Amino acid sequence: MKSVLEVKDLSKKYSGFELKNINFQLPQGMIMGFIGENGAGKTTTIKAILDIIKNYAGEIKIFGLDSRKNPNQIQEEIGVVLDDMFFPEILTPTNIDSIMKDIYKKWDSNLYFKYLDQFSLPKEKQIKAFSKGMRKKLEIVTALSHHPKLLILDEPTSGLDPIARNEVIGLFQEFIEKEDGSILLSSHITTDLEHIADYITFINDGEIILSKTCDELLNEYGIVKCTEKEFQKLDSNDYIQYIKRKCEYEVLVENKKKFIKKYHYEVIDKITLDDLMFLMIKGVK
Amino acid sequence: MEIIISNSSGVPIYEQIKEQIKTQIVSNELKANELLPSIRTLAKDLRCSVITTKNAYEELVKEGYVTNIPSKGFYVAEINQEVVLEELLNKIENLLDAAVRIAKKNHIERTMIEERLDILYEEES
Repeated sequence: MKSVLEVKDLSKKYSGFELKNINFQLPQGMIMGFIGENGAGKTTTIKAILDIIKNYAGEIKIFGLDSRKNPNQIQEEIGVVLDDMFFPEILTPTNIDSIMKDIYKKWDSNLYFKYLDQFSLPKEKQIKAFSKGMRKKLEIVTALSHHPKLLILDEPTSGLDPIARNEVIGLFQEFIEKEDGSILLSSHITTDLEHIADYITFINDGEIILSKTCDELLNEYGIVKCTEKEFQKLDSNDYIQYIKRKCEYEVLVENKKKFIKKYHYEVIDKITLDDLMFLMIKGVK
Repeated sequence: MEIIISNSSGVPIYEQIKEQIKTQIVSNELKANELLPSIRTLAKDLRCSVITTKNAYEELVKEGYVTNIPSKGFYVAEINQEVVLEELLNKIENLLDAAVRIAKKNHIERTMIEERLDILYEEES
């Protein structure tokens, strides 16, 4: 499968924070969820991908091109939503249309206005009168309206209510279906990712600690809850990390089925990405 | 095509999709040579990931229920009734096996099991 985005050995040092050898690939037509704690390096990585941060070690290829050597060509084919709003507050959605027309060759005004209607966004109102949710929706429809091939979205669903999140996720899936697009999407709302993400890449303290298909994670990983006595019997090779709670041990295992066979457990709970993140970050070995 | 997915059942979603399509093929609700929705359309309609629907289709291809015609799509295969029967019998055998194990473990006689089986058959018709 062809990769639309390849991050190779990306490293960047700041005082007090460091991205260490970030490696991952996003195949075409797929959605990758990018998860991690606040401050783990998600936004820094995304900014390097978008060429906003330039002085880094390593290589980033988008559509097979070196992102630092072909910024214009790449920009035309990418749709971006960042955590902080980038439109001046005095503009209206109609103003944005006229600005974007000049920026993107493939800007599709019809599509843009269709999206505005679909999300009930007023065309002639200044953005400063928009609620947080409306701003986010405006950013998302703007990112989609020049028929990009790759969407890079930093927390696109934060601040949206469940109804709006549902609509937005439908829009993303439509983008994959109709435009043969690919999406890199960071989010704290991991339930959204559990549904639609094909891959999950997990960054912790500037390092990628896991990059796998979402199905593999949700179907194979598991959390075993057991007593101290039972825990003592476990071979430490059979689990990834554990947490000692007041009344029980929670143990993260990589292969539920194997574990059940070896230790004769009846059931192991289905894991959520939240559980996984928590045990990976706070657990011990 | 109707597919109902449970997020809490513990059965992997690709397996739920696979089983439900299979059932519809065996019962002839999905007819031979019928074009199935594309991997991406099905993912969108079911609100699941593309890899999940891809896995389900690939398994169906492997098991002979679906054929993949490159750059055209996935079609319902002409299924061999003997193969289907074989598979159904396998399923029944597995369930009976569990029942027999419980019976043996608890020294319940075969005739008592047969009686239950007769009753179940009568209820059905």
